[in-house]
Amino acid sequence: MSATVPSAPKTNRLGLAKSDYEGAKSTLCLGCGHDVITKQIVTAFYEMGVEPHRVAKFSGIGCSSKTPNYFLNRSWGFNGVHGRMPSLATGAILANRSLVGIGVSGDGDTASIGIGQFMHLLRRNVPLIYIVENNGVYGLTKGQFSATADLGATLKDGTVNDLPAVDLCSLAVELGCAFVARSFSGDMKQLQAILQAAIAHKGTALLDVISPCVTFNDHEGSTKSYKYAKDHEEPLHEIGFVPFFEDTLAEIPPGEVKDVTFPDGSVVRFHSVGRDYDPTNREQALAVLHESRQKKEFLTGILYLAPEQPSLPDVLGMTDEPLHQIPLEKVRPPKAALDAIMESLR
Amino acid sequence: MSLGVSGEMPAAITQSAVSANDFSLQVATANGSGSQTANNVLMRAIFRMGIPVSGKNLFPSNIQGLPTWFTIRASGAGYIARKREIDVLILMNPDTAAADVRDVRPGAVVICEKKLGVEKLRDDLTFYPVPFSELVMKVTAGSELAKLRKLIVNMIYVGVAAELMGIETAEVGEAIRRQLKGKTKAIEFNLGAFHLGLDYSQKTFPEKSPYRVERMNATAGKIILDGNNAAAIGCLFAGATVCTWYPITPSSSLCESFIDHCETHRKDPETGKMNVAIVQAEDEIAAIGMVIGAGWAGARSFTATSGPGISLMSEFIGLGYYTEVPSVIIDVQRTGPSTGLPTRTMQGDVLFVYTNSHGDTRHPVLFPSSPEECYLMAQQAFDLAEQLQTPVFVLSDLDLGMNNWMSDPFPYPEGAITRGKVLSAEDVERLKGDWGRYRDVEGDGIPYRTVPGTPHPLAAYFTRGSGHNESGVYSEKPEDYVRNVDRLKRKFETARTLVPGPVFEDRPRAVAGVLAYGTSHWGTVEARDRLSKEFGVELDYCRLTALPAPPSFRDWMQRHDRIFVVEQNRDGQLATILKDEYPEFATRFVSVLQYNGLPLDATTVVNGVLDAQPAPGRKER
Repeated sequence: MSATVPSAPKTNRLGLAKSDYEGAKSTLCLGCGHDVITKQIVTAFYEMGVEPHRVAKFSGIGCSSKTPNYFLNRSWGFNGVHGRMPSLATGAILANRSLVGIGVSGDGDTASIGIGQFMHLLRRNVPLIYIVENNGVYGLTKGQFSATADLGATLKDGTVNDLPAVDLCSLAVELGCAFVARSFSGDMKQLQAILQAAIAHKGTALLDVISPCVTFNDHEGSTKSYKYAKDHEEPLHEIGFVPFFEDTLAEIPPGEVKDVTFPDGSVVRFHSVGRDYDPTNREQALAVLHESRQKKEFLTGILYLAPEQPSLPDVLGMTDEPLHQIPLEKVRPPKAALDAIMESLR
Repeated sequence: MSLGVSGEMPAAITQSAVSANDFSLQVATANGSGSQTANNVLMRAIFRMGIPVSGKNLFPSNIQGLPTWFTIRASGAGYIARKREIDVLILMNPDTAAADVRDVRPGAVVICEKKLGVEKLRDDLTFYPVPFSELVMKVTAGSELAKLRKLIVNMIYVGVAAELMGIETAEVGEAIRRQLKGKTKAIEFNLGAFHLGLDYSQKTFPEKSPYRVERMNATAGKIILDGNNAAAIGCLFAGATVCTWYPITPSSSLCESFIDHCETHRKDPETGKMNVAIVQAEDEIAAIGMVIGAGWAGARSFTATSGPGISLMSEFIGLGYYTEVPSVIIDVQRTGPSTGLPTRTMQGDVLFVYTNSHGDTRHPVLFPSSPEECYLMAQQAFDLAEQLQTPVFVLSDLDLGMNNWMSDPFPYPEGAITRGKVLSAEDVERLKGDWGRYRDVEGDGIPYRTVPGTPHPLAAYFTRGSGHNESGVYSEKPEDYVRNVDRLKRKFETARTLVPGPVFEDRPRAVAGVLAYGTSHWGTVEARDRLSKEFGVELDYCRLTALPAPPSFRDWMQRHDRIFVVEQNRDGQLATILKDEYPEFATRFVSVLQYNGLPLDATTVVNGVLDAQPAPGRKER
């Protein structure tokens, strides 16, 4: 950004202040991981200079699904029904593909009731940032296990989870999702870079973010607690994101790097940290995810990235224009067309 | 003579006399035998001779092997409801032969495969046994046509029937050419097979069928199509831009027709890009979710489904109602409950759809009776959905959606489409941002909305299926909740003034009223004429075209002490709604019901009325 008058408030490339990206006050529990993610979303949209009126926020039902109310007040929000956010978002994005869609869901909303819609959204590559605020429990109904709870994890009352967890990232890679990331609400720097890259991505960007539930799942025996996540997080790489409107890679330390460039010129720079990992290799992503599950590792980072993959509106060969703005004469064929149809039925 | 929906029906001819242009012809075949083309050719040839005709396919939920019947009704008087009595039977299916012969009326004509040997089953019928399998073997032996025997045999029965009934050869030829558009080779062998049957009949049967056709001039300018295609054309010309669907009989062909029309008419000639988004969803829940998402984002969006799909959509329909999102749902009803009879018709979703979803909900419902109304009401549904900001249902059924109907050509829509109360960025600026998504500004219960993407910092709002106040902000306050749902009720009263009104047709000396809707119209108007002619029972008629009904409907009911309500369901679903909404008339309703999966026939209505309304004694039943 160019230099400004020292006393002026800090603004982004649109001249908007960060407060222009904030939302209503959160009503979640004090210390909830979701609130941290909310703050990172505010920062990411501010830093990326996205016009708030072009953003559409979607969610289903649950604690996580309340959060779109807590960011981007100037954007449109649609809090729908449990597990069905993907279809609402798909319809809205098809109707107006110039919208930047962000959906926030939870592990119950996504991995249980909504797993069908989740899978088909991924399969279709609907342009949408899809954040799963994953805490392994149903918070709003007071602490039942969800389908992402790990085998052997315990509830506060000692109940042991005896079913294997659904691994949303493996599922996403398997279904062809071209942006699959796992992060931790406690790792703000990594989460911020991933969020900015997700905003630049033109298909479905899945962010499976471990976001501890301080009320029902932050105890000894939980594998989704702050302590467990901090102790076990193993980043695959350090991530730096440089949007197309900037040209420095200031915060990326020197060393072995791999750049992945988006169609708009934005770059994600991966700096390896001990492990040789190529985030553009789908087979490797699946293998590493599989292996980490066996070893009970908590790998974070961008697991798979393929920015060129065509998204649903492209596959449908759709116009770029928001559908409601197409003039009537283009969506109502002329009288001659009706006459021709009638003639064919004589 | 008008064959339009609301038109006066001409005098009926008596059922006992055998005369030209008044019969019901049934073709009994096995599913997957390729008889559809032949049956359509028969129907279209009669239609081309100027005779009013309807075609109804009674088919199984099966791809190959189970019995299927195609019924063609020709009626010089213009009656196109299903006729219960079969006058001419073309019998090709050994599995149903005995039962089919048993069920036709005395004096009927039976064209049958000779080797079935059904002639001995009844002595009150005229049999025309034809060695179809021998004939087809003879012409195809050793030729490349051998693998087409199954298809060729169908066109042979067309030839026999045409010769026996006086269907003109030239019109059959033209119907074949129309049916097989440009497929030269197929046209050639079908014409050959047709002539084979014709020649055989000429040589073999000196006595022709008493049921015959004679050229008249009642179909000039008309078209033949099914209601699903008509509704798809309606959606095309309504400017629908999002269609999301999940395949289900009997609605699939609606979306498939829409896809076909869009490929021709929605590709931008300059950019080659589509001015429409069509998605085959993973299920009906996703289909309606996409419709509501797209409606919220400003597009004209719709889905088509049937009863089981509506069951799955119910949660989302409540969301659409409570968040006030324009959306159109076309329900092509089939026989329920559960899987029911998936390939048979019913008006079984009326009650379910009207109050669909949990909590207090009410939805505008349109009842098309004809393909033309499928076309018109599809367009009205989009206007209403945007005017009222709510899901709007169009209730078609399998009979209307999938069967062949005559129609006048459709009128081109006049004027612009209705977008309802939408605020632009300029409007928001003018209001200085002082607007509320759920505020009732004009007292009609309809609030203002903005469309996502509207470039103004104060244009956005938050949409939620949870409790909200006038600004769309989350609220659990009792007074906010009550104010909101009372406004929704007020909005529904506004709907009453916007939906299409009933069609009334009174007669002098009427002793009661009869009320029908949707496809029950056709059997009802025929029954009304028969009741008048044969039994001296005169009835006033009201065809309900939508719910909620306008005040004129109450006035009509007020004038009748007895109101027959004709429906194709077991429980009298519309009567149930009316008893609830007009309790002062509750004792006046007498249900006349048919719910066997077959399209309503007039005899059912005649009998139902006479059971409660004894005739002055003109004729014994």
